[in-house]
Amino acid sequence: MNTARRPSISAVGLFLAVLFAMTALLSLATGAFRIPLGDLFRIIGDGPNRDTVDAIAHDVFWQVRLPRVVLAVVVGASLAVAGVIMQGIFRNPLAEPATVGVSAGAAVGAVIAIIVGLNQLPLGVQVAAFLGGTLSTALVYVLSRTDGKTEVVTLILTGIAINAFAGAVIGFAVFVADDDEIRSVTFWSLGTLGLATWKSVGVVIPLAVLGMLACARFSRVLDMLSLGDRSAAHLGIRVERVRMQSIAVVGLLASSAVAATGMIAFVGLLVPHIMRLVLGPRHRHLLWTSGVLGASVTLLADLAARTVLSPAELPLGVVTALIGAPFFLLLLRSTRRSQGGWA
Amino acid sequence: MNTSLSARGVRVVRNGALLLDGVDIDVQAGELVAVLGPNGAGKSTLLGALAGDFALAGGVVSINGKPLVEYSPRDLARARAVLPQQITISFPFSVHEIVAMGRGPWQDDNDEAVIEAAMQRMDVASLSSRTYQTLSVGEQARVSMARVLAQDTPLLLLDEPTAVLDIGQQERFLAIARALVDEGRAVVAVLHDLNVAMRYATRVLVLHEGRCVANGLPESVLTPALLSNVYHQKIQVTTTADGRSVILPERH
Repeated sequence: MNTARRPSISAVGLFLAVLFAMTALLSLATGAFRIPLGDLFRIIGDGPNRDTVDAIAHDVFWQVRLPRVVLAVVVGASLAVAGVIMQGIFRNPLAEPATVGVSAGAAVGAVIAIIVGLNQLPLGVQVAAFLGGTLSTALVYVLSRTDGKTEVVTLILTGIAINAFAGAVIGFAVFVADDDEIRSVTFWSLGTLGLATWKSVGVVIPLAVLGMLACARFSRVLDMLSLGDRSAAHLGIRVERVRMQSIAVVGLLASSAVAATGMIAFVGLLVPHIMRLVLGPRHRHLLWTSGVLGASVTLLADLAARTVLSPAELPLGVVTALIGAPFFLLLLRSTRRSQGGWA
Repeated sequence: MNTSLSARGVRVVRNGALLLDGVDIDVQAGELVAVLGPNGAGKSTLLGALAGDFALAGGVVSINGKPLVEYSPRDLARARAVLPQQITISFPFSVHEIVAMGRGPWQDDNDEAVIEAAMQRMDVASLSSRTYQTLSVGEQARVSMARVLAQDTPLLLLDEPTAVLDIGQQERFLAIARALVDEGRAVVAVLHDLNVAMRYATRVLVLHEGRCVANGLPESVLTPALLSNVYHQKIQVTTTADGRSVILPERH
């Protein structure tokens, strides 16, 4: 691929919108209790407080299906956008919240909460996960700074150390936990949308919206950062300040997502990668299109998690990793050459 | 566009090592100043100091009488552009997108016209939609220079801009640098090739072990005695039939 031949943004936008609408409808209709499409539209038309279709279908839709779909959309979009920002500031397409240890930090927070019994409190686990994620973001940032600068290699290596530590904490938790807690710990550390309620959705949405609004202003700066810190500074960017702000945004997006659903791997890595292949690396459109694709991909993965072994439900993180890892290896092989080295 | 760059007593210490000490330099609009010296003399460090890349251990650098530290990042980016020695770009941006990044500190109605002019000048317009990583090193160097030109600053700091160019590209590059100077800009360039400096620079500054040992017109500064001392190599300066000075190492 010598020449950057790229499809128009309106064509891509239309495709993503259609894909998103179809996956959303499919997700709303499909599950242990099937809702035919015609009924689906009538239930939506009725609103939450009126019922002209079927009491069970009505409740399934408004109390189970819809919050789950909304949560998938918000979390998928948050993870994908967090991935774009992280890859931009670290100038490395392999960075994502999981690589740098943000997701693992959030997981540790949740697991500790489960072990010490905070899961008895409403949203106790979620709050603990959010604290863990934000704390590890700050920790990674502080540890990887020397002389007022953040070196990418140091940062990734710090992430590796934090991931290893988090893995040990989770392993220890599994070791000391009783059977009930183990189930909760493993299910949670593998990621699931099965615990979606309007309450958890209500907690995540404001944080996600806040994070996404904040990231809109980074698009041009992220482009310039790909020239390297020094050249970006020569173009008038306050590199350190931007990096600090965007790490805060990533912490916000990733830890609120992990807090609601557990660890869902590969969405933050794969989705920005695909969009970059299609649209090129400019962040202006990369950010929002990755958000939309991240939502669709998460919906599809959750659909698979719910239906493949129905009525049993697979952890969502298992599905995303099973599909994501081989797919990512293929992408790596086919694109590494065309993108030049990833030094 | 009557820019002036002035550095007084520049002192740079890094990890306990004294890299530059007591360097003074003045550059006016219309000047192409070549910074010369052996490897490790502090040439790139001086360019970094002039660009405001790091805090100085001593001395002050100012543009138009105002110390760099008092500039906002954006105002500084509108005053000076920097061409670094090498650039690795982390994502497959197209040539046009990279040149357009030079407009970062401006973002106004002129953007597209300035980008086009910069690409024409560096002869990279035909590469516009190619991705940077697929270009040859010579093409990459021209694209980076086009980006620097797109920044449209009265002062340009170039760190070994001709290092990866062949002899023809090198001549064309320096002709462009001279044209920039004739437009009323000021250029400071770290150069390795003494003959290129002799031919194109309006003034040369020779660094040796972190100190400035000569500063003046190329013909009067680049003497066999000074060069032989600085480079630890016997160097002779001869004159060709058409009256140009040529610098050569003495060989046996």
